[in-house]
Amino acid sequence: MMGALNPQLNEHGELIHLLSLDGLSREMIHDILDRAAPFTEIAEREVKKVPLLRGKSVFNLFFENSTRTRTTFEIAAKRLSADVINLNINTSSAAKGESLLDTVDNLAAMQADMFVVRHASSGAPYLIAQHLAATGRNHIHVVNAGDGRHSHPTQGLLDMYTIRHYKQDFTRLTVAVVGDILHSRVARSQLHALATLGVPEIRLVGPKTLLPTAADRMIAGAPLRVCHDIADGLRGADVVMMLRLQNERMQGALLPSPQEYFKSYGLTPERLALAKPDAIVMHPGPMNRGVEIDSAVADGRQAVILPQVTFGIAVRMAVMSMLAGGGTQ
Amino acid sequence: MKIEIRNGRVIDPASGFDQPASVYVADGRILGSGGAAQGVPAGFQPEAVIDATGCIVCPGLIDLSARLREPGFEYKATLESEMKAAAAGGVTRLVCPPDTDPPLDEPGLVEMLKHRARQPGFAHVHPLGALTVGLAGQRLTEMAELAEAGCIAFGQASVSIVDTQVLLRAMQYAATFGFPVWLQAQDAHLARNGVAHDGAVAARLGLAGIPVVAETVALATYLQLARETGARLHVRRLSSAAGLALIRAARADGLAVSCEVSINHLHLCDENIGFFDAHARLDPPLRSAADRAALAAGLADGGIDVLVSDHTPVDDDEKQLPFAEAETGATGLELLLPLTLKWAADSGVPLAAALARVTSEPARILGLERGCLKPGVPADLCVFDPAGRFTVSRERLRSQGKNTPFLGRELAGEVRYTLIDGHLAYAADGLA
Repeated sequence: MMGALNPQLNEHGELIHLLSLDGLSREMIHDILDRAAPFTEIAEREVKKVPLLRGKSVFNLFFENSTRTRTTFEIAAKRLSADVINLNINTSSAAKGESLLDTVDNLAAMQADMFVVRHASSGAPYLIAQHLAATGRNHIHVVNAGDGRHSHPTQGLLDMYTIRHYKQDFTRLTVAVVGDILHSRVARSQLHALATLGVPEIRLVGPKTLLPTAADRMIAGAPLRVCHDIADGLRGADVVMMLRLQNERMQGALLPSPQEYFKSYGLTPERLALAKPDAIVMHPGPMNRGVEIDSAVADGRQAVILPQVTFGIAVRMAVMSMLAGGGTQ
Repeated sequence: MKIEIRNGRVIDPASGFDQPASVYVADGRILGSGGAAQGVPAGFQPEAVIDATGCIVCPGLIDLSARLREPGFEYKATLESEMKAAAAGGVTRLVCPPDTDPPLDEPGLVEMLKHRARQPGFAHVHPLGALTVGLAGQRLTEMAELAEAGCIAFGQASVSIVDTQVLLRAMQYAATFGFPVWLQAQDAHLARNGVAHDGAVAARLGLAGIPVVAETVALATYLQLARETGARLHVRRLSSAAGLALIRAARADGLAVSCEVSINHLHLCDENIGFFDAHARLDPPLRSAADRAALAAGLADGGIDVLVSDHTPVDDDEKQLPFAEAETGATGLELLLPLTLKWAADSGVPLAAALARVTSEPARILGLERGCLKPGVPADLCVFDPAGRFTVSRERLRSQGKNTPFLGRELAGEVRYTLIDGHLAYAADGLA
């Protein structure tokens, strides 16, 4: 129904799940980033652990395989002293047998405190959160680790952490998001966060086949501008956020070849020179060198791709401790 | 059995009759209707009296799209459960599409369905025959045989015929015998993998889109082929403003084509998907607010002929899935009347004109003298309280399908009595 309560907030407007950055306030996002800051220092210590989630069980529920993302959540949970259980549930075998909600019910019965969910279908973590609410189990928290093309909120948050770290003030930035926006849950999370944080110009750069039909209207009120020419998209930008181009996009008549894509949209040093001299280059990984990004840029002085990974652990620790730990260290 | 329904406001959209009056029923047929001035028909002694004080008495509703799920999908619904829902919704006649298992492509299946449905208190059922064997879009069905068995028209349910040569021949063959062809306009390739209207909402939620051109490209083909073959085309489940514009243009150009819209597309749009509500997963997809407004206006000005429930009972297991994986469809038989009334109120359409969209107009498309109160026609009647309000809930729905995006909404228009062939098929006070 229209006007239904955003399922990631409780009746007091507090975050109980992290499903999307859509609907989070500017204060809420900054609060999460503020909480992440001290966690970056823990990684520097000899004992990289705090007891915030001691005795809690975190289930990594991956219906779609992703070793990298699962590992970052696992590290974050372990540094918070949680018990971590990893489950890779092959979607094809799930399709034949147990339903998604039956799986959730079974794991909930094992006294889970948090589900970290990755699923190939947009909205799957919402279904789980709504099911937990309908069955009176709101004490189990759901963190969306990527659902279909919809959302990857911790990635969006770590990207914001990175931008804040290097650029401080969002309200003066021009940000270019480059690549396969149509299929990207990362892009959707970035766009919601950038708009909420007050970025005055967000450029969506890519060919028409990789942009949603209503790209410029996809977030109500956001200053989105579609650029099909990458030079237009990069000129004067402060932040360049590259997206990964999946190999399967070469099928289905979306693109002719990786070579042609690189020729039209690959981030080369020459193109990057159109952006501000101090522009930063981001990428959610894993990178396709020579397809969306030139190695000279990926390894260059403007790239902040590895710091993104480090910040990612801290941001995930902040989110998990906020939801289940009830505070910072 | 002689019945008098008295003290109600009698509306017969077909004749324009609209005044306080009684309706007289004898031997399962309408004997006549009249107010105090006309008096009681000579020699009429009612054996039963239905008091319709505060109510509207109108022809029973005719629903051109209602799935009964038999044969093959009895776990979703049965004839018994859905006929109860029809009667409770004031629906006395319906067309069921051929997407059963097996599909309605053989006379035996159609005869069986007709036979099972021929029971007192059950709505009249008109099966829509499959246009191609197994709905596979390759070989023509035995249309003449199927028509003899009871099929009123031929169609493909929601399965498109990809091979346009087959489509041309199917329409030629149907036109040979004067059988109408009822098709949903959706290009199979353009709609491939899509689950929601290709607009801002799908872009934001990351749902694969079905563009409006999936409807208009198919529709343009259908209209050209209808003109070429002379087949009488009825467009099922229209979803977009651009689709409606194509139909208007074809009509202005002299083509006889009719069309329908569902209660869901009349009242809802893609925004109603909310946080991935699978109840709003429909075929065709709910389109934009502007499309919805154009459809509501089209139904008011006659651009769209008929309003249908597009009743599709789905069991809970197939709705409690992520949006894209959930089965399409919503239950609707019991919501057709209240949502007709809501549209009339919202759009300022007079009650009689609104009721025509679910009585006399669908009868006209069926080519039957039904959906009216003419003396001599079967006494299929609906008595409803236009002010009676209720909240749509799982408990209240009699259909086995509890799936509807209207759950939790308060609607006006409570059916009090439904008569089918003069039999009391439903009484809100439980006396039926």
